[in-house]
Amino acid sequence: MNEKIESRKPPVATTGIIGWLRINLFFNWTNSLITIFVIYCLYQFVPWILDWTVFSADFKYNYLGQQITNQEMCSRNLDPENGGACWAVIYVRFYQFIYGFYPREEVWRVNISYVMLAIALLPLLITKLPYRKIFLNFTYVFPIIAYFLLNGGFGLPDISTNKWGGLLVTLVLGCTGIALAFPIGVLLALGRRSKLPVISMMCVLFIEFIRGVPLITLLFFGMVMLPLFLPEGIDMDGLVRVLVAVTLFQSAYMAEVIRGGLQAIPTGQYEAARSLGMSYWRMNFQIILPQAIRISIPPIVNTSIGLFKDTTLVIIVGLLDLLGIGRGTLADTNWLGLSYEIYFFVSLVFFIFTFGMSRYSLYLEKKLKTGINMGAD
Amino acid sequence: MRSNLNFFSDERFRSIFFQTLVVGLFALGIFFIVQTTAYNLEKRNIATGWRFLSDPAGFDISFSPFLEFKSTDTHLKVYFVGVLNTLLVSITGCIAATILGFLVGIIRLSSNWLLSRISYIYVEFTRNVPLLLQIILWYSILIQLPRVKQSLQILDVFYISNRGLYSPRPIFESGFTYIFIAIILALISSFFIRRWAKKRQELTGDQYPVFYTSFGLIFIIPLILFFILGSPMSFEYPEMKGFNFKGGLVIRPEFIAMFLALSIYTAAFISETVRAGILSVTKGQREASAALGLKQSWIMRLIIIPQALRVIVPPLTSQYLNLTKNSSLGIAVGYADLVHGFGGISLNQTGQAIECMVIVMATYLTISLTISFFMNIYNRSIQFKEK
Repeated sequence: MNEKIESRKPPVATTGIIGWLRINLFFNWTNSLITIFVIYCLYQFVPWILDWTVFSADFKYNYLGQQITNQEMCSRNLDPENGGACWAVIYVRFYQFIYGFYPREEVWRVNISYVMLAIALLPLLITKLPYRKIFLNFTYVFPIIAYFLLNGGFGLPDISTNKWGGLLVTLVLGCTGIALAFPIGVLLALGRRSKLPVISMMCVLFIEFIRGVPLITLLFFGMVMLPLFLPEGIDMDGLVRVLVAVTLFQSAYMAEVIRGGLQAIPTGQYEAARSLGMSYWRMNFQIILPQAIRISIPPIVNTSIGLFKDTTLVIIVGLLDLLGIGRGTLADTNWLGLSYEIYFFVSLVFFIFTFGMSRYSLYLEKKLKTGINMGAD
Repeated sequence: MRSNLNFFSDERFRSIFFQTLVVGLFALGIFFIVQTTAYNLEKRNIATGWRFLSDPAGFDISFSPFLEFKSTDTHLKVYFVGVLNTLLVSITGCIAATILGFLVGIIRLSSNWLLSRISYIYVEFTRNVPLLLQIILWYSILIQLPRVKQSLQILDVFYISNRGLYSPRPIFESGFTYIFIAIILALISSFFIRRWAKKRQELTGDQYPVFYTSFGLIFIIPLILFFILGSPMSFEYPEMKGFNFKGGLVIRPEFIAMFLALSIYTAAFISETVRAGILSVTKGQREASAALGLKQSWIMRLIIIPQALRVIVPPLTSQYLNLTKNSSLGIAVGYADLVHGFGGISLNQTGQAIECMVIVMATYLTISLTISFFMNIYNRSIQFKEK
């Protein structure tokens, strides 16, 4: 009886689509009931939302085929029975959402800056980029180029920052805040771990103070108190004042994240560097920080996401970022009552940026295999 | 032999030198700022000092559920109203966010694929959109509700309109003090009963129905007392008078928008920490307790949650702190909290920016430190106790 028995196929109910459905959706009768209930809710809700956002929405023309120039021409205002979202408001105001009130003949400068920003970010995001060194050099000089390009100088006409707006302000605040807060955060983190009591105490006080108060009070501080602290004749630009506040705020959070990375470095590294006769700064900049920053990149990205979202707070002190332009559009009688469309669009833009960043930080976490979330919120 | 001239290579000397240098520069900077500020203030004719606190505010506050506020009241009272409003939205927000966050976190781990996907989508959408935008969005939804005349009615006692939610206001009469005392006594005694029952269970293994006893003490006895004393509580119902409701309890749309946005936003973060906490409890724990024959609900309550809490509480604390700080965004929808009432309107009226901002910042620091303090105590009580 050495007859070979053919291996049997697994039962239909445990493999393939049916198996997946049984395990994940209809495991037992409560599970099945929940699934059916959820499907029913989705059936009620999803078609309606799809209809509103896509199928009966106006993108550029209303249902009569006219190009929409104000809210009265939106299909849903002409005929409340049919017609969904009126995306034409985004189409008409797109320029403002992206550039604010930047003069149209100078807008190429913003466009070039956007492209350069993307190029400058590449070597930071992709570690295996060919010619990464050259790209990195560009990243370091990019802020200087962008400053003169956007602000004016070297023969380019000056564009005052109160003409900037929309995505431009959001990106300027986010990128500059993160870029400036990083070195300050490194110094604060080193200071907090310093053996010199005065310095570590001052760093602790600064960090804990900033982390204990809301960003909005710091923005108020930048707006109403900073001008009082400065001698006569020095008049700070509104955007710069906000940037000071945002940078102070972000540097405290950055410091805590980097401190988390520093704490993960074993003492042996310090001792080895010391025994080679390295000075404090050389030890930190050549041995400790490169390792500490590497492991704290995911939480650094996470706090940066927080800052990017928090840049919306500048509308409270009167700057027109993406959300500010949205609110401004809503106050325009031509576009009254289109709040859902505008807020949806602004949310979507923020979502694309922040979701992208959070995916990137997850990818890094997997790559570093640290899996420990240090100090990020 | 070490050269006496080369002070700089001596570590002690260097440390003292640098610290003195930093302190000196810092003091110089402060001195400079104080000088210029004093000069600037004088030039702009801005008064200094704390006298403005006792000046009449001259403006009204629309939402002040705890203190009666009139425009003749002082700026100091504006401050207290602001603090109370900040605390109100923070505390209610924290409670709601915790409940919702735990629910979503547990659902996220549900074996039902659809449910866990839905909570994933909820988490990603809420935490990747700025909170300020969410607050404004909720507010814009709430003020598009029907006007007062056409307000929606629920059970003929609740009215929902674009002016807020009107509900009956409970009025406590004299006898209610006894019921109140009874409830407090019941709370204290059920705490001690719980301790006693736990000790007895450890000694003898017998269980005592703590839940039913506490329930009886806290709810049933006060309820009986309530009827014995002849229902010493009545309701004041909101009534339509002219263009608005009079009487009753009003919950303004500003508060509802803040409450909804804060709790929904923070719940997304809390759910992630809850998920991480539950996942941190190893599978062996669940299997071991199932092997001991514990019920599914007991496994969660007695084995998983206590161990998960140790991981959950520290990040939960920082979420509470974030929510409290984020409540300052009420200024965007006109919720009269600390920043909007005192740091905004009072500051603009008096022009005393430094004093107002110092008070506001100091208050937030105090609130933050208090939350950290209590959460640290709680955290210590749930950590591993090495025997």
